[in-house]
Amino acid sequence: MNISLFIACFNDTLFPDTGKATVRLLERLGHRVDFPMEQTCCGQIHNNTGYQEEIIPLVKRFVDIFSDSEAVVAPSASCVAMIRDYYPKLAILSGDTDLMDRVDRLLPRIYELSQFLVSKLGVEDVGAYYPHRVTYHPTCHGTRMLHIGDAPLRLLRNVRGIDLVALPGAEECCGFGGTFALKNADTSMAMLTDKISAIKATGAEVCTAADNSCLMHIGGALNRQRSGVKVVHFAEILACMD
Amino acid sequence: MSSSKTAVPQAFEKTARTYLDDAQLRRNLGHATRTIRNKRNNVVGEMPDWEELRESGRQIKQNVMMNLDRYLLQLEESVIKAGGVVHWAHDAADANRIIANLIKEKGESEVVKVKSITTDEIGLNDALDKEGIHALETDLAELIVQMAGDEPSHILVPAIHKNRSEIRDLFREKLGIENLSDKPAELADAARRYLRKKFLHAKIGVSGANFAVAETGTVVVVESEGNGRMCTTLPQTLISVLGIEKIIPTWQDFEVFMQLLPRSSTAERMNPYNNFWTGTTAGDGPQEFHLVLLDNGRTSVLADETGRDTLHCIRCSACLNVCPVYERTGGHAYHSVYPGPIGAILTPQLRGPDDVAAASLPYASSLCGACYEVCPVKINIPEILVHLRNKGVRHKKRRGFFSGVRIEPVIMKMAAHAFRRRALYEMAQKVARIGQRLYVRKGIISKLPFQLSSWTEMRDLKPIPEQTFREWWRTRS
Repeated sequence: MNISLFIACFNDTLFPDTGKATVRLLERLGHRVDFPMEQTCCGQIHNNTGYQEEIIPLVKRFVDIFSDSEAVVAPSASCVAMIRDYYPKLAILSGDTDLMDRVDRLLPRIYELSQFLVSKLGVEDVGAYYPHRVTYHPTCHGTRMLHIGDAPLRLLRNVRGIDLVALPGAEECCGFGGTFALKNADTSMAMLTDKISAIKATGAEVCTAADNSCLMHIGGALNRQRSGVKVVHFAEILACMD
Repeated sequence: MSSSKTAVPQAFEKTARTYLDDAQLRRNLGHATRTIRNKRNNVVGEMPDWEELRESGRQIKQNVMMNLDRYLLQLEESVIKAGGVVHWAHDAADANRIIANLIKEKGESEVVKVKSITTDEIGLNDALDKEGIHALETDLAELIVQMAGDEPSHILVPAIHKNRSEIRDLFREKLGIENLSDKPAELADAARRYLRKKFLHAKIGVSGANFAVAETGTVVVVESEGNGRMCTTLPQTLISVLGIEKIIPTWQDFEVFMQLLPRSSTAERMNPYNNFWTGTTAGDGPQEFHLVLLDNGRTSVLADETGRDTLHCIRCSACLNVCPVYERTGGHAYHSVYPGPIGAILTPQLRGPDDVAAASLPYASSLCGACYEVCPVKINIPEILVHLRNKGVRHKKRRGFFSGVRIEPVIMKMAAHAFRRRALYEMAQKVARIGQRLYVRKGIISKLPFQLSSWTEMRDLKPIPEQTFREWWRTRS
C-alpha cells in the first residue's frame, strides 16, 4: 500500500524518533511510505484554544497536500481526532462548499497508526522484540474521540519479550490538555501527580501511549522526579527488532 | 472548607489552587466521586439498551428545544386547566419578585423549600430574606449547606465537600444537640426531628422541578429523602420554579427519563421518591399551585446552534462525578450553582461573555471527554467547551481587549501564519532549536520564562533534537 505519513508538527520537531520508527515499521510490513514535505500542523492547538478562524487556511492546505493519498497515517491520536471531528466543522465555518466536499472525501482515508495496523491492515503481530516492563496509558482523544479501543494494546501484546503491565486508573486524563496545562497549571499538576503515582505503582520502566503530547507531559514529571521511568511512543516499541 | 459566600468571583484558574490545597476537601471529594462513579458503572452496565435510551433522551430534548415556543404555551394551558396559576419570569429579579409577592399576599414569613438548583441560580433565598421571609432548605444536604452559611458544591450532593464529622460539629452548634455522634443514622435523625416540626407548620412550599409535561401540565420533583414529598403535599400553597428547558412533551417520555436519570445521578435503578402533581386537587395536597416559568438567559442559549444542546441537561451530575478537574477542585472553584463540566458550559452561556469568572470556565477542562461519555442525553460537552472558547475569543477580538494574556492572540496569529508556509515553519523550527540553548542545562530544560514557567514548575522538557524528522527524511531520499 502507498502510505502518506502525516507526522504532526509536534513529532516532526520534538520527537523525530517516533516518525523514523513509524517509517521503519510500515516499510518492514511491505508498504511504501511517502512524506509530503509541504505538511505542517493540523491546527489543533488553535482550534482548542479558541482560534478557529486562524486555521481555516490550514484545513485547505492539509486537504491540498493529502487529497490524492491512498491512505494517510499519523502516529498521533489527538491530531487524527482533531482532523476527523473538527475539519468538517471548520470547512462549514469557511463557507467553502468545495472544501466541505473535499474534507468529506479525504476523512475515510486518514488513520491513526494503531487503527491503521489493526483495523485497516488486520495486523496485530508486527514482529517486534522489546524486552522491557511496559505500561500503556490510553490517551483521552484516542480513547474517547477516535475510539481506537485496544488497538495499541493488541499490537503491544504481540511484542516478544515485553512485560506488559496494566496501569491502574488507566483511562483517567494525565492533565495535559494542550494549553490547559498552562492556563490551569495547578489543576493540571494535581492530575499529573496522580497519573505519575499510578505509573510508578506498576513498576514499569517504560510508559507508552499513542500521543507524544501526553507522553511529553507525563515524561516531563517522571524526569523531574528522577523516577527512572521513561516514556516511549508505541511506534518506537513496535519498530524494535531482535 | 471555608464558606465561599464571601469570595468575589474570580477566574477559575486563579482560585483553583486554594481548593486543590484543601486536603480534607480532596479526600472527601475523591472518596465520594469514586464511590458514585463505580456504582453508576454497575447500574448502567446492566442495561442492554442504554445507548438507545441515551439517544432517545437526546432526541426528545432536541425536539423540545426546536419547538419550545409551542410546548411552553401548551404547558401553560394544561396547568391552568388543572387549576394552577402560571407566571412568566424573564430573569431572576422577575422570578424573585413574583415569588416574594405571592408569599407576602399570604402574610407568611417562612417557607419550606425542596432542593432546587434553579432557585439557587436566581438567588431566591437571599431575595426573600431581604423581604423578611425565611426560606428553609429541607433537603438534608441543602440544610447543612444553609446552616453553615456555605454554598452547594455539587448538583446532586450539595454538601459533598463535607464529611460526617464536619456535619456533626455543625449540628452540635446550630441545633444545640450536645451528645451527637457522627453516625449517619444519628445525624439524619437530628435533622428529621428539626425538619418535621417545620413541615407541620409550613403554609407555603417552594420547589424547583425536574420535568413538566406539556400535554398534562404535570410537574415533577424526584428526590431521595421524602422531604420533598412533605414540602409538595403538606403546605396549602405550592410555588414551583421551572427553567423553561425542563419541559417534556408527553407523559410517555418518562419511560426514557425515569430510566436515564436515577441510574446516572444516584446510581439507583429506580428513584425512591417521585413526586408528580397536576394543578390542584380538592381536599388533597396544596389547594393553590403557582408555576413560575423562568427564562433567565435560556432563550439566548437556545439561539446558539452549537451551545443549545446544553439545555438538554437533566441535572443528573454524572459529568461532575467523572470529571478529573471537578474531582480535584470541587464545586466552589466554579463560582456558580452549576459546577463541573455542565457548569463550565452552562454558566458562561447564562451569564454572557463579559462575566470574567464565567468566561474562564470553558478553559477549566483538559477536554478529556469523560463527561460526554456518561451524559444520559448525549450532550457533547467537550465540543461545546471548544465552541465557547472560540466564541469567547471572537468576543474579545471584537471588544479589542485581552485581559491578562494579551500576548496569546499575537502568538496564535504568528503560529498560524508560520504553519501556512513551509519555509517559515522550517525556519521557526531552526530558530526554536537555537533559541532554546538559553534554557538547556545538563541536556534538559528545567526552567522556562513567562507563562511557560507553569510547565516547568513540575515538569522537565526535553530539548528539541539536533535533527527534525523532515531533516532526517531529506537525508534518506
